[in-house]
Amino acid sequence: MSLRPDLSIISDWIKPGSRVLDLGCGDGALLRHLQETRDVAGYGLEIDDDNVTRCIQAGVNVIQTDLDAGLQDFSGRSFDYVVMSQTLQAVRYPDRLLEEMLRIGHEGIVTFPNFAHWKNRVQLAFGGRMPMSRTLPNPWYSTPNIHLCTVQDFEQLCAERGIHVLQRIMVNHDYRRSSSDNLLPNLLGRTAIYRFRRNDGAGR
Amino acid sequence: MAFHAPLLLECGATLPGYTLAYETYGKLNASRSNAILICHALSSHHHAAGYHSMDDRKPGWWDTCVGPGKPLDTDRFFIVCSNNLGGCHGSTGPASTNPVTGKPWGKSFPDIVVRDWVRSQAQLADALNIERWAAVVGGSLGGMQAMQWSIDYPDRLAHAVVIAAAPRLSAQNIAFNEVARQAIKSDPEFHEGNFYEYGVIPERGLRLARMLGHITYLSDDGMHAKFGRELQAGSPTKGYDMEFQVESYLRYQGTKFAGEFDANTYLLMTKTLDHFDPASEYGNDLTRALARARAGFLVISFTSDWRFSPARSREIVRALLENNIDVVYAGIKADEGHDAFLMGIPQYLEVFNAYMQRVAREADAA
Repeated sequence: MSLRPDLSIISDWIKPGSRVLDLGCGDGALLRHLQETRDVAGYGLEIDDDNVTRCIQAGVNVIQTDLDAGLQDFSGRSFDYVVMSQTLQAVRYPDRLLEEMLRIGHEGIVTFPNFAHWKNRVQLAFGGRMPMSRTLPNPWYSTPNIHLCTVQDFEQLCAERGIHVLQRIMVNHDYRRSSSDNLLPNLLGRTAIYRFRRNDGAGR
Repeated sequence: MAFHAPLLLECGATLPGYTLAYETYGKLNASRSNAILICHALSSHHHAAGYHSMDDRKPGWWDTCVGPGKPLDTDRFFIVCSNNLGGCHGSTGPASTNPVTGKPWGKSFPDIVVRDWVRSQAQLADALNIERWAAVVGGSLGGMQAMQWSIDYPDRLAHAVVIAAAPRLSAQNIAFNEVARQAIKSDPEFHEGNFYEYGVIPERGLRLARMLGHITYLSDDGMHAKFGRELQAGSPTKGYDMEFQVESYLRYQGTKFAGEFDANTYLLMTKTLDHFDPASEYGNDLTRALARARAGFLVISFTSDWRFSPARSREIVRALLENNIDVVYAGIKADEGHDAFLMGIPQYLEVFNAYMQRVAREADAA
């Protein structure tokens, strides 16, 4: 079973033998891959019943929970990495969750759809409609993505909250790495993948 | 199974010997690695699944989960379920004869705690030549025994399945148990627990205790769905006699229970439940209490269970997480209240089954 390319990028960032918490872990594909290839001890949080069952079938430690209800069950600095893939834009308080990620983990990794991708800009500017695409497939009234943001928005929030971005990779619609890493990422990048930590490097 | 060696209990007393009634289902494999222990809840017994005779109206108490193709799959596992010490379904308990006096133990039966149950179950495992359980499984008080197993015998179980349980009772839980006990003790037929000698049973007390218990096993929504405000006779009756269907249900359950359960056992089991608190020996720190555990855990709760609510299961999950123990937690949406753990709720069976498949694969590989 091949791993989705963006998950494979995340996986490459994670040091073997570390402890990983995956927020919104879906069917557990990332954690299973990390367990099998990198000897990682991990837990996944997931709200959906069917995904919880799939995680169990995949041999992944899954905790059924609502991310919007908070992460108070997890004590500070108890994980090496806290990962959140394609979920940041769908939670009630993305800023608080980012802070929580860095309370619990030494490093955070997030991926989200970059709303400032040029195709979204074109749809809004010339079509006058909320953009829809492969990464944003739902109409405005039924989308789970209630807190969409752009690469610039995210980086500004990080700067305001004392979060230091360690690495950024942009991927295209196939989740494959695109040339927009350095070239106009906010315009050309479809999906952003970030690795970050506290500015003070606390916990290191 | 009769055990002739004395059993030293946590209270300091010694039972000179004892009997455990038990049932088994399925076949033990050649490497003896596929054995599952089911621990029963407060008022249950060793008859977990199937029928004893063609006349049985109902199968064993956990037939929804035990059987071919079910989560506790009798085609894959060798399943053992024993009646707890102090019980009244064949194991030594207050209604048994005290060999010293030749009379029923009655109220002089020693106090039992969950650790004593686990120790006696370990002796049963020894007798059955089972070195290590593939899983110890239980709902409610049964889940508490599974937790105690993981602390007391960390190397003797691969997995613990803890369903609709709590790390210890709340004051409210204890309060309900106390009202149930008072109902029994204040029945004139109780005779200070020695009613056997009078040839009577404290039926009214037992009936009230069970009615109260049943209210706490169901949820408000579940009761509404089951009974609503439906009248028993179809129209209101005069006076204070039974009117609503829910009253009829509770009376039926109470009467049925009073006819088959021993009053002293009910007192003993509720006290055992009240005293369960593995964290108490570790400065009230459940994380430290579970630090010895080596088993993988499946923890399940039900949304409408207000007896042992999902938050109580989350306390267990949190302690396991802090110990880096493998744990899967599922919060099942259900209207059935605490009783949900006995019901065939599809998502519950899915999760339970998926986990037990993993246990079975590991057992096959062992």
